[in-house]
Amino acid sequence: MKPFAYHQPDQIPDAAKLLTSIEDSKLVAGGMTLIPTLKQRLANPPALIDLSKLGHLKGITDDGDSITVGAMTPHAQVAASKLVQTKIPGLAALASMIGDPAVRSRGTIGGSVANNDPAADYPAGVLGLGATIVTSTREIAADRFFLGLFETALQPGEIITAIRFPLPLKAGYAKFKAPASRYALVGVFVAKFADGVRVAVTGAGPGVFRVPPMEMALSENFDPSAIAAIKIDNDGLTSDIHAEADYRAHLVTVMAKRAVDAALS
Amino acid sequence: MGNVIGIGASPKRKEDQRFLTGRGNYVSDIKRPGMTAGVFVRSPHGHAVLRGIDRSAALAAPGVIAVLTGADAAADKLGSLPCGWGISDAKGVPMKEPPFPMLAQGKVRFVGDMVAFVIAETPEQANAAAELLKIDYEVLPSVVGVLEAFRPGAPQLFDDVPNNICCDWELGDKAAVESAFRKAAHVAKLSLVNNRLIGNPMEPRAAIAEYEPGTDRFTLWTTSQFPHVVRFLMGALVLNIPQHKLRVVAPDVGGGFGVKQFHYGEEAVITWAAKRVMRPIKWVASRSEGYVSDRHGRDHVTEAELALDETGKFLAFRVNTLANMGGYLSTFGPNIPTNLYGPLLGGVYTTPAIYCNVKVVFTNTVPVDAYRGAGRPEATFVLERIVDVAASEMGIDRVEIRRRNMIPKEAYPYQTPVLVQYDSGDPMGCLDGALVAADVKNFGVRKSASASKGKFRGLGYSTYVEACGLAPSRFAGRLGARGGLYESATVRVHPTGQVTVMIGTHNHGQGHETTFAQIVSEKLGVAFENVDIVFGDTDRVQFGMGTYGSRSLVVGGAALSKATDKVVAKGKKIAAHLLEAAEVDIQFKSGKFSVAGTDRAKTFEEIAGAAYVPHDYPLEVLEPGLEEQAYYDPVNFTYPGGCHIAEVEVDPETGTVTLVNYTAVDDVGTVINPMIVEGQLHGGIVQGVGQALFENAVYDESSGQLLSGSLMDYCMPRADHMPMMKVATHSTLCTHTPMGVKGCGEVGTIGSPAAVINAVVDALSHLGVTHVDMPATPNRIWRLLQNASLPVAAE
Ligand SMILES: Cc1cc2nc3c(=O)[nH]c(=O)nc-3n(C[C@H](O)[C@H](O)[C@H](O)COP(=O)(O)OP(=O)(O)OC[C@H]3O[C@@H](n4cnc5c(N)ncnc54)[C@H](O)[C@@H]3O)c2cc1C
Repeated sequence: MKPFAYHQPDQIPDAAKLLTSIEDSKLVAGGMTLIPTLKQRLANPPALIDLSKLGHLKGITDDGDSITVGAMTPHAQVAASKLVQTKIPGLAALASMIGDPAVRSRGTIGGSVANNDPAADYPAGVLGLGATIVTSTREIAADRFFLGLFETALQPGEIITAIRFPLPLKAGYAKFKAPASRYALVGVFVAKFADGVRVAVTGAGPGVFRVPPMEMALSENFDPSAIAAIKIDNDGLTSDIHAEADYRAHLVTVMAKRAVDAALS
Repeated sequence: MGNVIGIGASPKRKEDQRFLTGRGNYVSDIKRPGMTAGVFVRSPHGHAVLRGIDRSAALAAPGVIAVLTGADAAADKLGSLPCGWGISDAKGVPMKEPPFPMLAQGKVRFVGDMVAFVIAETPEQANAAAELLKIDYEVLPSVVGVLEAFRPGAPQLFDDVPNNICCDWELGDKAAVESAFRKAAHVAKLSLVNNRLIGNPMEPRAAIAEYEPGTDRFTLWTTSQFPHVVRFLMGALVLNIPQHKLRVVAPDVGGGFGVKQFHYGEEAVITWAAKRVMRPIKWVASRSEGYVSDRHGRDHVTEAELALDETGKFLAFRVNTLANMGGYLSTFGPNIPTNLYGPLLGGVYTTPAIYCNVKVVFTNTVPVDAYRGAGRPEATFVLERIVDVAASEMGIDRVEIRRRNMIPKEAYPYQTPVLVQYDSGDPMGCLDGALVAADVKNFGVRKSASASKGKFRGLGYSTYVEACGLAPSRFAGRLGARGGLYESATVRVHPTGQVTVMIGTHNHGQGHETTFAQIVSEKLGVAFENVDIVFGDTDRVQFGMGTYGSRSLVVGGAALSKATDKVVAKGKKIAAHLLEAAEVDIQFKSGKFSVAGTDRAKTFEEIAGAAYVPHDYPLEVLEPGLEEQAYYDPVNFTYPGGCHIAEVEVDPETGTVTLVNYTAVDDVGTVINPMIVEGQLHGGIVQGVGQALFENAVYDESSGQLLSGSLMDYCMPRADHMPMMKVATHSTLCTHTPMGVKGCGEVGTIGSPAAVINAVVDALSHLGVTHVDMPATPNRIWRLLQNASLPVAAE
């Protein structure tokens, strides 16, 4: 790890100001992703801006027709939240499947969504539920936020403050864990709303994506059998030492069925 | 006064007091005055010419003390890292043994090969300076797989090693095997890969070296399983430091599994460098650094054939293996896939003729050497897999074919056609015990229950034997060992009767401090708490060979037993004098020396006191003091083994294999501490399950990059992968070790991979699957099922 300056602002505008004024500086939330890259000297920011003193970024609120999760809310809190468990059980389940207990108690939803790791779980939940990413400057729909492999719509200096989730009629998540890392080899989030179904896939490709044929089929008939025959194209999916693209494509269908099962149970 | 806790008891482990309260003392806990930090700069290329290193920018960086390279080592005329075994081919031609410089010279041969050593005031400064080295590489094509490496036209690692073949080794009677094959009613054939593994001890390797100019002495603290051997190899053969001027300490070591039983270049470089900079230096490997420098294990490609008569009796077994050595010969490297592999191919069966050819091949990968089991898991896997293949092809039940070929209990000692003679065993007894313990009777019910959930259930057997307790020196010497393989122990009885044992083995998790104390407590009648075990320091302990090959109890414990016998013998002489009796009339029992048939007696403490306060003492015939030393060289290996039964469930939709039941009934001879034996079996089994289902070291073919370079990509077995294991012992006593003990450290790892894979194949056999390579990952199983369920093309 190379030396860096450390800032711990207590106001969002101060944090944003530091972030824009110090070139190559980085926000640190739970540090679960960032600190390892510093230790391996893969990233060498001159300054870290710690978000942990921005207390109002942590917590879960009931907005009636939506739930808002503060950016600094750790995964364990989402997993254990009675509110989330009742209103969007699939999201609580997703949070409970991230990493291990240590990672869940430090890692945050804001960090996970900002990082947009192609195998991370939250992007599937956020896109699958059609959530809104609330930042220091604006609100961004999930459909326009995730831009592929570690890329997001965040502008320099922009800080995620919360994620707002609309309440689905039903939702479920199924994750096939990569054997070693236990990130998603393939994870599928399925959410049923009054006006249709959304299906979001993580792990399979370079970034989270939706599967319109499955969404249409499930909108007709919200049952695993409706999508059993829908195969997605291998093209553009990831092949690595753990799984080849055709296997990942196969798993998308299997996990989508299991996600529907989970949503129904 | 505490109690005697002897053989067969399971006291809590003495060493856990410090381990579980965070009071262990590991190399990285040690701080020396004026200590500097060292960082190794390693090759990022699998294969390259090293054209030059410009260290000027690094030397100018803040805090940098020195930057050392292979050129400096050459200028100081340092030796090559020695190989402890010299094997030969069938014609007696010695293996090719190219030099293994501790810092690369001329060429780098694997990703991780050491190129330079940077010493600075802090690790951060050393790391920063390391990035400033300008290293001029001319990158060459790499070759990482054994099949590719020995093909004509493959990249050549060494100019004088044609086709990268280190040795074309063989064992057994080729002609007898060929003639048996001609008469066979059936020949089963199997091609398989034994996957490459990375050891992953919890504590990464580390070292500290210090030179004291006042005494001209070096001290090396290192994460080693055998500090005396490091002192010998490094001092005598690499750095030219006289043995009395070199102290090697291996303090608490956080696991080894073989990874720490080699003499590594890092140890030599840091010791040499400590004198050059006249400051202590510390180096601690990161996990990622360990992945590209800790010696790897396994990595075979094998073709095997088993000849059988019409009743399923094995007539002959023929095995051709290509074994990966990596870029250089490590300390035991060439011994593992040859001497620790071929002699195990007889297994627990009466196969009369066996022939084995092993081509030991260099590739652009980390050197390969011993990893828990070392050669014996590979042999067991080939044999136990092909037995299943033969059974299924001939329509004979898998248990039945094993029974028909098993060595009966009465036939021991049993001479195999591949050098080794088993002294004792009862494979049938282990099998019978395991069949009951695993409730094989009701497997069908469980299989149907799985089927009703859409899952395939399978059962797999492995009835196996291994050779451990390394090693009878005479035998090993004939096979190419360049050193002895005995062990030593000193029993120091203090004037007040407590005991300190100095032993040449090394405890890095196995519980020796407990087991060995139990032996002393039993044999001398001394309270368990009054026995301490000292190891791991060449200044405190007489020469010893260390811990590997399930040898510590078998060989070290035997030396300890012998030394306690000597203490008793001397004690009897002292007692005879004090009790005014003839020495032959003195009995020693339960900590008391007494005159037979009388109530006259002296306690062990009284005898110890007399030995050190010799006022009334037979000085004419006996020296004062009560301290005895013994060396023990075994006459044979010990042959633990047993029967493992694995039960798996396969999810055909995802290809996931779940281990649902695991049963092991093993013959490990006399059990000193049942709790520790059970722990060794559990750990060993989990490591074998890791090989069967999860672990795989993968290199990129062309660049030689390690693709499974961290725990994010290299899958270690975890607690939630394992069912509760049923582990039991069914022991026959070893006939030649003093206490009847056999090794138990590696059996779990040796027996389990075949049991698991046999279970997976059984689960899928209805689809025509006959073999699954390790690790049986979901992706691999799914693909097999894809191919299996393809309709046979119409003519
Ligand atoms: C062992 C291990 C296992 C894991 N397993 C999983 C898994 O199974 N599934 C999974 O999804 N994830 C997994 N993770 C990742 C984990 O969920 C992380 O918590 C998450 O990816 C990052 O969150 P963080 O709060 O730690 O962010 P940090 O590491 O602090 O930051 C990550 C990045 O996001 C930026 N950032 C952080 N907060 C904000 C914000 N509010 N606004 C804008 N940018 C921000 C940072 O600048 C940085 O670039 C694992 C991590 C580890 C170490």
